[in-house]
Amino acid sequence: MAEKTFKVTSDSGIHARPATVLVNQAGQFSSDMTLGYNGKNVNLKSIMGVMSLGIQSGSEITIKAEGNDAEVALKAIEDVMKKEGLGE
Amino acid sequence: MSENISGIAASAGIAIAKAFILENPELTIEKKRVEDTASEINRFSAAVEKAKGELQVIKENALRDLGEDKAAIFAAHLLVLEDPELIDAVKTKIESENVNAESAMDEISSMFITMFEQMDNEYMKERAADIRDVSKRVLAHLLGVQFSSPASISEEVIIIAEDLTPSDTAQLNRQFVLGFATDIGGRTSHSAIMSRSMEIPAVVGTKVVTEKIQNGTILVIDGLDGEVIVDPTEEELALYRKKQDQYKEQKAEWAKLVNEPTTTTDGQHVELAANIGTPKDVQGVLENGAEGVGLYRTEFLYMGRDQLPTEEEQFKAYKEVLEKMEGKPVVIRTLDIGGDKELPYLDLPKEMNPFLGFRAIRLCLEQQDIFRTQLRALLRASAYGNLKIMFPMIATLVEFRAAKNVLLEEKEKLAKENIDVSENIELGIMVEIPSTAVLSDRFAKEVDFFSIGTNDLIQYTMAADRMNERVSYLYQPYNPAILRLIQMVINAAHKEGKWVGMCGEMAGDPIAIPILLGLGLDEFSMSATSVLPARSQLSKLSKSEAAKHVDTILNMDTAEEVVKFVNENF
Repeated sequence: MAEKTFKVTSDSGIHARPATVLVNQAGQFSSDMTLGYNGKNVNLKSIMGVMSLGIQSGSEITIKAEGNDAEVALKAIEDVMKKEGLGE
Repeated sequence: MSENISGIAASAGIAIAKAFILENPELTIEKKRVEDTASEINRFSAAVEKAKGELQVIKENALRDLGEDKAAIFAAHLLVLEDPELIDAVKTKIESENVNAESAMDEISSMFITMFEQMDNEYMKERAADIRDVSKRVLAHLLGVQFSSPASISEEVIIIAEDLTPSDTAQLNRQFVLGFATDIGGRTSHSAIMSRSMEIPAVVGTKVVTEKIQNGTILVIDGLDGEVIVDPTEEELALYRKKQDQYKEQKAEWAKLVNEPTTTTDGQHVELAANIGTPKDVQGVLENGAEGVGLYRTEFLYMGRDQLPTEEEQFKAYKEVLEKMEGKPVVIRTLDIGGDKELPYLDLPKEMNPFLGFRAIRLCLEQQDIFRTQLRALLRASAYGNLKIMFPMIATLVEFRAAKNVLLEEKEKLAKENIDVSENIELGIMVEIPSTAVLSDRFAKEVDFFSIGTNDLIQYTMAADRMNERVSYLYQPYNPAILRLIQMVINAAHKEGKWVGMCGEMAGDPIAIPILLGLGLDEFSMSATSVLPARSQLSKLSKSEAAKHVDTILNMDTAEEVVKFVNENF
């Protein structure tokens, strides 16, 4: 299992567009992936799950990946977060 | 038997095609017990795949016609249909509860819809509508009901709807939508303005089209006379094809004027400009031979998205317009939002009288971060063309001075950052509030130009909400009271050597044009499609002759008298 915590830096948090990007990326991998925010955990491959959290700027989120490609998957999410200016 | 329905002619031209009724079908979901759950799951998967296929097409159309921003909406819709929390949950429900796919889908998606509706963020609440839209699409396939999404149209049609919202029109494929007719709306409603910018015939405010017209019926839309002919006879069809040809010929005549200057019979030049909403509209401006952009409504940059546009996004849009216009004047109006034009992400409180409320410059002066970002983008873009900046809804000189100060502050900051800004940006205001028209002599000393916004000037002067059909008789552009206000503004400006434009619907109105010419209006800004007809009309008028009639017209009692006089004398 791989796990990493990010600080959300984009001004508007993680709304529709950024959520779409993250979910699309997670969908590329076979590992189970979750996103933890404010004590809640959702499936990172679920657009409605991720959007329902209403993640605010400045908050912390934890991404977990479990499965064959867990390490690669987590690295890919990290890259997208940085590339899209969502968090670090 | 054919039937005629009358309405308001919103956009000129004749269209003949099948009706496409734009409505949300009422889907009746029955809960049934199924034994063969495996084939029920297959049926569900097939419906989801069909819906995805449609959305893929819609997304590609949107990407091609409307840009990445709007296409992103449909990319999100597609993801909803790939969401395991939804899809797997429905499959599990079918299997474990032996229920049909329709009821399983309906129950699971309703759960998500409720969840989003209950969120305390306006933007998230609106996402409930997205989920509803997507799940309806799947349910329609399961039930074998045709789902009328405007974006899914793939043959030539005429759209019939109660009204068209900005999001409906954003999805229309211009290649296939030949015209439209609506139940509600007037010449200045959103749907009417859109039809003119799309250059398709439209009749609005018919009250009954959705009730009287069936899907697939052949229709004629006569946008010249405001008629809809349902199921026309052969004779009628022949008649309208002829009218269509005549209109095309007339358009061809007008087209010859594209590169001509606008000159009256006594050799006077007036400027004919066009109104635009997005950089894409510039093409229509140039094709119709407009001499400039008299009004760029920047609101569209802010609408249909989940956050404010960045300085960079705005800069790119403004620069694109300025560059494409190649040095011709471009008047860009700063943000006119609030009132009836809402931005969900700003979380503004609902108002009793939105037209009299917290909007446009009032909002910009209070939420200055929004205003400053736009002004910086405008100033940076000014280096790429002939930019004129205009503030909307100015009611007092104090407001104008405050807004001008903010502009100067941002200009100074940019100078310190060594960013190029044009030194010749004219700064003007919209005259749309009676107080400003009355005090125009004072304003004229401080502004570089006026642009008269007649739609609002009329509604504020007559105290008649232009969205309210019951008082629509008070929308009277030719009322001598309005004409006198316009005269005051023009005279005040000319006394100070300033120019006056008009960017409301009235500027392109054939009845108003001779009067405005006589009053000395310098610039007429209208829908791009009105430019050539206006040029043709102006080339047959004499400015000095028109001016001689001004006193007579301004001393009339009613709008009706004015119209009669114009029809008889010009």
